[in-house]
Amino acid sequence: MSVISRRKQGELGGFSDRTSDIILIVISVIVLLIVAYPLYYVLVASLSDPYDVYAGKTFLMPSQFTFNGYKAVFAEPNIMRGYGNSILYTVVGTIYSVALIYLVAYPLSVKEMPGRKLVSIFFIITMYFGGGLIPTYLIVQKTGIMQTIWAMFLPGGVAVSNAIIARNYFENSIPGALKEAASIDGASHFRIFFSMIIPLSTPILSVMVIFSMVAYWNDWFTALIYMTNEQAPLPLVLRNILIKSSASANQASMISGGYAELNKMTEMIKFASIIVAAAPMLIAYPFVQKYFEKGLMAGAVKG
Amino acid sequence: MTAKAVASPKVHRKSLGRRMADSWQLYVLLLIPVVITIVYKYGPMYGIQIAFRNYNPGLGITGSPWVGWKWFERFFRAPTFDRMLWNTVKLSLYSLLWGFPVPILLSLALNQLRFKRLKRTVQTVIYAPHFISTMVICGMLRIFLSPSGGLINLIAGTKVDFLTEAGAFRTIYVASGIWQEAGWGTIIYLATLSSIDASLYEAAKVDGASVFQRILHIDIPCLLPMIILQLIMSASGLMSVGFEKAYLLQTDLNRATSDIIAIYVYEQGIVNAKYELGTAVGLFNTAINIVLLVIVNRIAKKFGDVSFV
Repeated sequence: MSVISRRKQGELGGFSDRTSDIILIVISVIVLLIVAYPLYYVLVASLSDPYDVYAGKTFLMPSQFTFNGYKAVFAEPNIMRGYGNSILYTVVGTIYSVALIYLVAYPLSVKEMPGRKLVSIFFIITMYFGGGLIPTYLIVQKTGIMQTIWAMFLPGGVAVSNAIIARNYFENSIPGALKEAASIDGASHFRIFFSMIIPLSTPILSVMVIFSMVAYWNDWFTALIYMTNEQAPLPLVLRNILIKSSASANQASMISGGYAELNKMTEMIKFASIIVAAAPMLIAYPFVQKYFEKGLMAGAVKG
Repeated sequence: MTAKAVASPKVHRKSLGRRMADSWQLYVLLLIPVVITIVYKYGPMYGIQIAFRNYNPGLGITGSPWVGWKWFERFFRAPTFDRMLWNTVKLSLYSLLWGFPVPILLSLALNQLRFKRLKRTVQTVIYAPHFISTMVICGMLRIFLSPSGGLINLIAGTKVDFLTEAGAFRTIYVASGIWQEAGWGTIIYLATLSSIDASLYEAAKVDGASVFQRILHIDIPCLLPMIILQLIMSASGLMSVGFEKAYLLQTDLNRATSDIIAIYVYEQGIVNAKYELGTAVGLFNTAINIVLLVIVNRIAKKFGDVSFV
């Protein structure tokens, strides 16, 4: 009896809602900490003396606050060149990728185009089946784009899943009546594409831009197999620092304090370079975050 | 006006040639993407045949002598074949098993969270790791897992060199994968949940349903088709487990668990320039993926009204 009445009271009186609110808040905060803390820890470590970091003195606040890590990162010619390369590949690659996505998505959104289905299949096949790493490598060799900037994005072809997302957006979110009215008024497909589709699709455009930017900014494997050391983008340069833990000749010559100082500098560069590499994308994505749901849903509606 | 109304049905009766002529500008737009796709996507598909040949660049692909299954046999007889195959399967199975439910649970919790600002903050933060390069993630992992002063050892008060322990590799791989991608994975589920009619929740509340009951009887049924769809997509990529992270976290001492087929393709095909062997192994991988895709798609069709291909 008492159990039943308590249950009823709980459910109807809002008590259980408040309990579940508390549970949900606790879960949220724990998730928040698990995701954010490692990033925060690296940020704090990048501003601290590395020996204090390894002694466990920097769990919450920097110890012996210093910008030396960042100074060393920006004084390192390899990292700076990598940064420059990354910016170049990201800018050119994003323009290329987004342009291709649009060039594919718009024609596929026009239902009257003969061969629409065939063209769709032509592109979708490449999502599920490909030649693989080595045959692609050989084609890159054969077409003579090895060690040129073209090798960074041409082998990727068209980002078909993104093109499908964009096509669905054009179909569902740009009023068909508008396109019809334009074509009755004699507007050509070019005209509709350039002065209607592109200006009216900024939400999906921004999603495509950020997706492409992230992909190029973080890519290192393409450069590992197709490019020279001088052409390496930032993540690939960081491989020597973060994964292989090797100090460069430049650092060794810069530092007079012997092995211990060099070691210290290497460790500081690790933390600072992580922040320097991750920061641009982490700063950029919140600006377009509100479009993610819309964009990804549009693509999932009709895969 | 009437003339146009009469004319419009005729639009659909135009001849194919006429309709193609009307669409010429669309074909022009498609030209560059189609050419690039033919060269860099279909070109390599044509090149797959070197898996069955002794490739000689001088003779070209079709001119090189045919050797049948030679390279596949060499792969199957490789001393590490069993190890690579099982490592690949286990690594992706564990990733799927542990990683797949997390975004679903997260989005169910976030969807019920009534404090919108907290919800937004959590969302923004949990998306963040998705935007970080695998290289940087692996750099962070190496720092955190370091035996001398790494975060994990500091907290636990130990001095374990995790990356030299074969037994720890899969846990590191799976856990860091969840950390990086679970938040991003919630987007699609949260978007699906946000389409639920608010009156359903109101009705449930009036009937005295608790939050847990609302999740069980409203949210989960609503998510199910999307869950199945996502499962098909993940399961079909079982053999294409992430090369990058395995490669970057591999050390000589954890190879017993970190050696996967994709690393073999890279080492044989690119580093050792054994193009035929690399192509054959890559094809083996792709073939299994396609078989899996078909199987999972069949199963999903039986269980729900969903199909991806």
